Amino acid sequence: MSFIPKPKVTHPKLPRNALGLTERDYEGGVSTLCAGCGHDSITAALIQAVFELDIPPHMLGKMSGIGCSSKTPAYFVSQSHGFNSVHGRMPSVTTGANAANNELIYIGVSGDGDSLSIGMGQFAHVIRRNLNMCYIIENNGVYGLTKGQYSASADVGSKAKKGPANRQMPIDPVSTAIGLGATYIARGFSGDKKQLVPLIKGAIMHKGFALLDIISPCVTFNDHEGSTKSYAHTRQFYHHVIDADFIPPAEEIVADYEEGGAMPVELHDGSKIVFRKVDKHYDPTSRAAAFSFLRDSIRAGEIITGLLYIDEETGDMHDLSGSVDRPLAKIPYEELNPGRETLSKVMQRYR
Amino acid sequence: MKPTDVSKPDYFHKVVDCQWACPAHTDVPEYIRLIAQGRFSDAYMLNRESNVFPGILGRVCDRPCEPACRRGRVEDKPVAICRLKRVAADHRDDIRERLPRPPARTNGKKIALIGAGCASLTVANDLLPLGYEVTIFEALKDTGGLMRTNIPRFRLPPKVLDEEIGYILDMGAELKLNHRIDSLKALLDSGEFDAVFVGTGAPRGKELDLPGRQEADANVHIGIDWLESVAFEHIERIGEKVLIIGVGNTAMDCCRTSLRLGANDVKVMARKPRGFFKASDWELEDAEEENVEIVVNHSPKAFVLEDGKLVGMTFEVMEYKVDERGRIDRGTVVGETTLPCDDVILAIGQENAFPWIERDIGIEFNEWDCPVVDETTMMCTREGVFFGGDSAFGPKNIIWAVAHGHEAAISIHKYVSGEDLRDRLPHGMNLSTTKMGMHEWSYSNNYDPSERRLMPHVDLRERFKNIDIEVELGFTADQAIQEVERCLNCDIQTVFEAKLCIECDACIDICPVDCLTITANGPEDELRGRLSAPAENLEQALYVSEELPQTQRVMVKDEDLCVHCGLCAERCPTGAWDMQKSRLLIPYAADEAEPERRRARAG
Repeated sequence: MSFIPKPKVTHPKLPRNALGLTERDYEGGVSTLCAGCGHDSITAALIQAVFELDIPPHMLGKMSGIGCSSKTPAYFVSQSHGFNSVHGRMPSVTTGANAANNELIYIGVSGDGDSLSIGMGQFAHVIRRNLNMCYIIENNGVYGLTKGQYSASADVGSKAKKGPANRQMPIDPVSTAIGLGATYIARGFSGDKKQLVPLIKGAIMHKGFALLDIISPCVTFNDHEGSTKSYAHTRQFYHHVIDADFIPPAEEIVADYEEGGAMPVELHDGSKIVFRKVDKHYDPTSRAAAFSFLRDSIRAGEIITGLLYIDEETGDMHDLSGSVDRPLAKIPYEELNPGRETLSKVMQRYR
Repeated sequence: MKPTDVSKPDYFHKVVDCQWACPAHTDVPEYIRLIAQGRFSDAYMLNRESNVFPGILGRVCDRPCEPACRRGRVEDKPVAICRLKRVAADHRDDIRERLPRPPARTNGKKIALIGAGCASLTVANDLLPLGYEVTIFEALKDTGGLMRTNIPRFRLPPKVLDEEIGYILDMGAELKLNHRIDSLKALLDSGEFDAVFVGTGAPRGKELDLPGRQEADANVHIGIDWLESVAFEHIERIGEKVLIIGVGNTAMDCCRTSLRLGANDVKVMARKPRGFFKASDWELEDAEEENVEIVVNHSPKAFVLEDGKLVGMTFEVMEYKVDERGRIDRGTVVGETTLPCDDVILAIGQENAFPWIERDIGIEFNEWDCPVVDETTMMCTREGVFFGGDSAFGPKNIIWAVAHGHEAAISIHKYVSGEDLRDRLPHGMNLSTTKMGMHEWSYSNNYDPSERRLMPHVDLRERFKNIDIEVELGFTADQAIQEVERCLNCDIQTVFEAKLCIECDACIDICPVDCLTITANGPEDELRGRLSAPAENLEQALYVSEELPQTQRVMVKDEDLCVHCGLCAERCPTGAWDMQKSRLLIPYAADEAEPERRRARAG
């Protein structure tokens, strides 16, 4: 943490986006997380992504639960909406928010504890609803806020700071999400913004539930030798399967991708994600292929990163429930509440 | 790129742009910090070590430091470095106890200094404490050279001059006023002196040979001579309408002096348009504040006389073209005009003149009739004769003269001691951490967004009553407190230790001015283009680290816009970044004389 706020002075040639804002306009308060925390890098990547997507700050809803990770929304886009909910209950609160106003862009920031322990049930059901949101798990394999116990994502054999190794099987959010039917599944690393920023942009623009599992080392409790979520370990076993480039709707795809290696997928708003596959045979639109590939890589001890699965066909919660396009929050009260007479007519049908 | 070698003092010295730009390498950030702490005497003494005349320079320095100031790159205006120097001088206590004292017995070596200006006085300042017997010959009736004769009293009061020159003379210099040296040969032949230093300035104002010049002589004045006559009160009046020819700093002094001697319509005639003037922006501002009109694109053609008396001057009206690189052409004449006037002052430059140096005594002169002087040793082609200030390389300014004086003093000491003049002590650099604890630094690291303070001036109605009224009042305490906080502490260096870095990006994310990047190494011009923000100032070197342990990439810092807020070091979990104070060690004659002293300073 820092004692002085980040000075307002900027580089005089700072670029501006379509709204005339600079990246600095998308900043939040100064982080009070430990210096060097991976979460802060993710915050920086988020700022860059929403800046580049020209998102008006007031059209953003930042949602979180409890934990180090869940402090993150305080550190980006101060001028937006936000809700800091009960531990593990961010998916439900976001569901409510989205049900009331589907115009906002929802970014939920959670951690391995908030999502895979106390919030596991909520996590499964928000996937089931295919809620239109970007769901980020800042995954460090440790309960940092309570001083370093193994979390549900700690790998077998990963050592705690004081020495003992973890024996319990981890829950892998990515394979879990594939199994549960999520429609956008990616993994990134806080130490690689070049890969991370397009993944976040894709996750924001994807219509439906987008899961981003981001390895985010805990410098204080899980960055030592023997840890499998340290900067050094992640870099050593880091494996880019697929790089994904996010292309906004208006832009042409400039074809400098290697033949056979590139594969564009169009999103609902006309923007595109171009996959650049390291493994030519990998098919990111096949759930079965993604699942088996992931299982093999876990066995090999590799940390697979990139956009692993995408499905643009399944509708989101509103499509599935057939709700109106207009956000409920913007429908006038008279229209939203049809009155006593209409209500009794409806009730008549059930008599 | 190769990793930056920070063991060479020049690398970090260059980051302190003000100090690098100052010919005498004044430790600007440190003296500003001392002022911030209310340690005015300490700030004064630190200044004096390098620039010798803080009170004088705090008023009239040409301030090469300010255009260089990094603050001017992140916002409009640089720190008011020069006027803060005056704050140190204005608020200092009696510092005479702290001045170096000459030893009880001299070393018996005699040095002649010709001219009692800033260059000679600097040599005296450096040599007297070493035991030299110094004699200063001055042609005029008072000391100070151009500082006294060419800078009007309303900018530089005589009291300030007397005090700071007094510090030096009181160390035991023998001063011979009204003693013009007419023959260098005679002085050298006398064998009285072990070495001779020439600090006679560039005393000849340029002449403008146009029709009517001779006939109008009574009302046409050479700027620097006229200012000198005003300084010594030989001239006390001037006509109501005055034209100043030329638009350099001397012209600014001439026009403002005229206003105090009875003129009420003063025009400064410039041949070229704005942006091509020689005068410093701030001197132009001060003149225009006094309602001096600056007339551009007028090239003088002839003096107009009626009944043998000057009544006006004819000018050709010019038009210029400026190309895309900002260069101006020679111009074309598009008209002609005559302006009425009572007096004309010529301020179109000055030249060196050495009628008193014989050409057959082994001193080689170049094509401009100036002595050939070595830029390192300040010695001319005759051994034992040294030059400094304007007399060495033509008109520059006071701070250059001081810098020359320091170098010449080292050379004179070495020459007299029979040492090799070129075997000089190099610059040194000390680095020490400013870390006091968690997120605590021994300097004020927060960025203060305040704008530059404006110098308060004496009211326009008041100031013309007397030529002795100093126009600038000096910063008030409140102004000084605000202005010191604008300094970006460029001497607090960001020092990087590659082997500690875990590449967490924390420093990059927090940097307010995007000056850090972790990336693959590459050739410099290519690397400059792909940093967090392109590094476009080619004058400022990139700080490139050794390979980082985890990915073999490199940390690159573009020093150009760094505000030295220390947040990179605060956010660094491993202490790979540290904020370290750099202190440049500049050797003076005393260090050459006693290497032990230098070691003591290096601490």
